[in-house]
Amino acid sequence: MLTPSRSRSTHSPLRRRLLQGMLALPLSIMMLGQSAFAAPATAAVNTTGLAVTDTTVKVGILHSVTGTMAISETGSVQAEKLAIDQINAMGGVLGRKIEFIQEDGASDWPTFAEKSKKLLVNDKVAAVFGCWTSASRKAVLPVFEQYNGMLYYPTFYEGLEQSPNVIYTGQEATQQILAGIDWVVKEKGAKSFYLLGSDYIWPRTSNKIARKHIEKLGLKVVGEEYYPLGHTQFNSVINKIKLKKPDVIYAIVVGGSNVAFYKQLKAAGIDMTKEKPVVLTISVTEDEILGIGGENMVGAYASMKYFQSLDNPNNKAFVEAFKAKWGKDIVIGDVTQAAYLGPWLWKAAVEKAGSFDIDKVRAASPGIELTTAPEGYVRIHENHHLWSKTRIGHAQMDGQYKVVYETADLMEPDPFPKGYQ
Amino acid sequence: MFADYSMAELMSIFAMQGFAGLTLFSVFVLMALGLAIIFGQMGVINMAHGEFMILGAYVTYLTSNIFAEYAQNLFSIYFFVAMILAFVATFLLGALVEWGMIRFLYKRPLDTLLATWGLSLILQQIYRSVFGAREVGVTLPDWLMGSVALTDSIEIPINGLFVMGLTVLISIAVFIMMFRSRWGGQVRAVVQNRTMAGAVGINTEKVDRITFALGCGIAGVAGSAFTMIGSTGPTSGQLYIVDTFLVVVFGGASSLLGTIASAFTISQAQSSMEFFLSGSMAKVLTLLVVVGILMLRPQGLFALKIRR
Repeated sequence: MLTPSRSRSTHSPLRRRLLQGMLALPLSIMMLGQSAFAAPATAAVNTTGLAVTDTTVKVGILHSVTGTMAISETGSVQAEKLAIDQINAMGGVLGRKIEFIQEDGASDWPTFAEKSKKLLVNDKVAAVFGCWTSASRKAVLPVFEQYNGMLYYPTFYEGLEQSPNVIYTGQEATQQILAGIDWVVKEKGAKSFYLLGSDYIWPRTSNKIARKHIEKLGLKVVGEEYYPLGHTQFNSVINKIKLKKPDVIYAIVVGGSNVAFYKQLKAAGIDMTKEKPVVLTISVTEDEILGIGGENMVGAYASMKYFQSLDNPNNKAFVEAFKAKWGKDIVIGDVTQAAYLGPWLWKAAVEKAGSFDIDKVRAASPGIELTTAPEGYVRIHENHHLWSKTRIGHAQMDGQYKVVYETADLMEPDPFPKGYQ
Repeated sequence: MFADYSMAELMSIFAMQGFAGLTLFSVFVLMALGLAIIFGQMGVINMAHGEFMILGAYVTYLTSNIFAEYAQNLFSIYFFVAMILAFVATFLLGALVEWGMIRFLYKRPLDTLLATWGLSLILQQIYRSVFGAREVGVTLPDWLMGSVALTDSIEIPINGLFVMGLTVLISIAVFIMMFRSRWGGQVRAVVQNRTMAGAVGINTEKVDRITFALGCGIAGVAGSAFTMIGSTGPTSGQLYIVDTFLVVVFGGASSLLGTIASAFTISQAQSSMEFFLSGSMAKVLTLLVVVGILMLRPQGLFALKIRR
């Protein structure tokens, strides 16, 4: 399940010695060896009373597995559990197996805050992997800052935030948006854009950035519209789009509305494969296509950092392991991959710091790199976001994206973009 | 805002916009009819209405999978089979729910609100456990997708036409049953005076059960039809529940005609405002108008004139 290459750069010499020892010794001595000889003393790696023993370390997983958001967050839970399994199979972190405590945020923001307090105060977990919506992150943020916890947050989001207690493993808005618009302007000769979104902070902030960028390029936004979350009737806006004839529909519709929007777009006679107009989205991952149906999405473009079809050895191993654990029909979207990075980034930071202490892990985090990430190479920026590439995927009939473009360089995360606010 | 467009373009857009309004109207009627029967005729506030619709949608999903697996050559007509199965499944579940829960609550109408809300949560979690938390994609036969091009620029979505036709059929069927059949007479008698109706020999328990089950059955058909335009997931039913109650309450709870009139008013207002304003603004204005009218006419647009 695990490729040896996965652990390359993050090994301390100590760990390598341990692994060699493990190969040589019989099982019983191995268990003994792990705690008695190789792993550093608990008192040394845990000075702040976290739930770390000689053989284990506890972490928290905090997502919604019930309620509206369960649709989206299930993939993240699966990815985090897979990563933890794989890390444990390699011997754990600083010689300690990871044990996770899973709590259900139940799609309810106060519940998220309550559960995160429970994880930090009662369970004393060393790190939490969790949250999905910005609303849930905003709800837990004061808790993490008050009790000094570490949150690994997987979703692409609107930016405008930078907490010492959060590592953002998804892309912030400028990373996701700018490259996509540049691409559609260059490759498709787009001159006019119709911006469309669900009515809450992420689509609005993202479209604001998109609009500024489009106007900077000297091009035109011919319409900008928002529909309430859960809206299911898009015929009127589709008529408006037909009237305005934009070159690009820039769509940030989320949740159940997505399904309605793309089905109705197709029914209204807009064939996305003809690219008149080009449909470019930043909110539809492979997960969403499962609900929309590949035949209703074929021809659309998405700009994000990860697609399941990415062709590199890391990703092949990741997809294979994911399917082996969670079933062969499962699909993996951008956020799922970002959630998978969380435990690995935390492990690397802990090993670099030589300690589980939150403050030391935080200090060690900037500059941490992961050459084994399914998306390729990522590095933690000073601002706690990741350097990552942005890619354009072209939706296929089978519900997968074909990668048609990727940025040459890593995009710098810029959560407070100047000139875009 | 229209200066840049030619007359022909504007004409075709208005034609399509008019059609969009009619589609929305049919969608509203379809989702509200079942509730109008349950809420309007029986006084039961059924918060689980959306979940009954989604049961219909899931039945459609299962049927499409079965046809794709075992009867590929009949796939183009599976939708009709699916709608019948959806009706049967939700009708049976409705009868079961009435028998197990609702019948104890007829004298406590507000408690039905809590009980059915609880039921909706239970059903959601059951869907989640059985079908998974992710939305499922329902594959439609090809002939239901796409649009008919009337002229070069006027295109009419086929699924919109389909929903419209279905709505007309179901509305007619409901009207015949309510106002022309013996059973309909019994239902109306029970609604107006339960004790009296019982005294003249109407089996009120049976009438209640079939009425409730029928309302749920229609919700199931609606849910089945909505797989063409919306999503199918454990919580998708919640997307419809607010609009559904809005239509029924605004129309005057006990009047089926009122439901249709109110669906027409709300849908036309909504879709034309959506065209001139943004989506969220249109929703706000629609709700404001509805609130305003309900303040002046608390009984809704149409009210039955009966002695209480």
